[in-house]
Amino acid sequence: MDSAIIIEKGIFITVIFAITMLMAMYSTWAERKVAAWLQDRVGPNRAGPLGLFQPLADGLKLFSKEEFMPDTPNKFLFILGPAISMSMALITSAVIPWGDTLEIAGSTVVLQATDIDVALLYVFAVLSTSVYGIMIGGWASNNKYSLMSALRASSQMISYEVAMGLSIIALIMMSGTLSLREMAAQQHGMNWNIFYQPVGFLIFLVCSFAETNRTPFDLAECEAELIGGHHTEYSSMKMGFYLFGEYAAMFISSAILSILYFGAYNYPGMDWMAENAGANIANILGIVVLFVKICFFIFFYMWIRWTIPRFRYDQLMNLGWKMLIPLAIANIVLTGIIIIIADKL
Amino acid sequence: MSLDTISLSGRKKEVSNKKMSFLESLYIVAIAKGLVITIKHLFRRKVTIKYPEQKREFSPVYRGQHMLKRDELGRENCTACGMCAVACPAEAITMTAAERKKGEENLYREEKYASVYEINMLRCIFCGLCEEACPKDAIYLTESKVIVKSASNREDFIYGKDKLVMPLEMAIKNSKSIN
Repeated sequence: MDSAIIIEKGIFITVIFAITMLMAMYSTWAERKVAAWLQDRVGPNRAGPLGLFQPLADGLKLFSKEEFMPDTPNKFLFILGPAISMSMALITSAVIPWGDTLEIAGSTVVLQATDIDVALLYVFAVLSTSVYGIMIGGWASNNKYSLMSALRASSQMISYEVAMGLSIIALIMMSGTLSLREMAAQQHGMNWNIFYQPVGFLIFLVCSFAETNRTPFDLAECEAELIGGHHTEYSSMKMGFYLFGEYAAMFISSAILSILYFGAYNYPGMDWMAENAGANIANILGIVVLFVKICFFIFFYMWIRWTIPRFRYDQLMNLGWKMLIPLAIANIVLTGIIIIIADKL
Repeated sequence: MSLDTISLSGRKKEVSNKKMSFLESLYIVAIAKGLVITIKHLFRRKVTIKYPEQKREFSPVYRGQHMLKRDELGRENCTACGMCAVACPAEAITMTAAERKKGEENLYREEKYASVYEINMLRCIFCGLCEEACPKDAIYLTESKVIVKSASNREDFIYGKDKLVMPLEMAIKNSKSIN
């Protein structure tokens, strides 16, 4: 019995890993395509049909580049930086519920690597660790631009984590659980959290942009001022890991956004589907729905990137500390009052 | 109208430095407006011409590679008078004249012809003065609809008669369309 679970989970984790990698790979392609379309261009179209082999070509290029090591006293930390960045982006996917359950050959398969009851705290813990990837990389590069970017990135991520945590408290007060699986189950049908927590969603969205270092909060990379930011000194696959980690983080954060606020694998009419087409088909459709939501958010990330320019550093700090945090606290108070009133009624 | 309210383009805007309200400083409205603008571009028709597969049509007056014309009987018009070489401001054209032999009447229209006719495409500025100078309607830049190709050494840019004279098929087609 035990070995069966290990094998089942092993297969599941491998599949999730592969899917995450594939999504990250094709996010790079999608980013270039979306960028091109939004700027009235065509985008990559030479490698394969519609340029679909472009990520493979990019990967091959990165692999064949010279592996350059700067003259730094911290060789170990220099390698540790991209490793942390990549692994932290991937670890989060362990607690994400990708779908309900599937009945395969008489046994019930839960579509989640592990269902821990503090999943949300786990996600936050991993997210705050991912700042170390950039910080250590920037520090170990022995380059003042890298260090500058590492400083900026860490202060940015720490200040936005506060607002992010506060915005999620209102949601936890409402749902009364920290488990992502239970949260997903509560949003059955069309009962999505976005309708109860629009302000909280907005704050969470802005903070996820900051946490994934995407425009308008890409002060860590900041090509115009800091060369390449924290990965100035990196080359070959170490550089690739940083870039890849960013896209993997984008995928995971899109998944979390859709699970927390956009009803995870729930869709209107799922009960009707379960009755008429069987539970398995309805749940598979749920997985598809979740991936559609994720793809939408990935597109949204790109859409924002090619719309808004980068914030100035003081604007960034003003927005984080003076706007989002008061707003998040007001949201908590308001949610508390409404919950009490709703209980009295 | 006073001087500081004049706006030639009609798009002049007074810049104000007033403090933003709380809602404005969240940038939500401004960002939403920006998103609408960019999403409109997503559905706009792309103007890109995918070059090697698609080629842009030349305008009728586009001056490309020169062509030494043949008449409706397929004979070369050029008589090697040298007017084009004189007119050329870049001194790109050189030629050697020769006399037409018996039995060559079907090749050259008049008694004198150019046995060598060379244009240095690196010197040529495609101004079209040779075309204007030619008394025999022999040289045209607008007919070939070809761009001079790039090459990796300078000698390759000296185009001789093999590249410049109108292809026979084209002359045959012309004579057919006249008859």
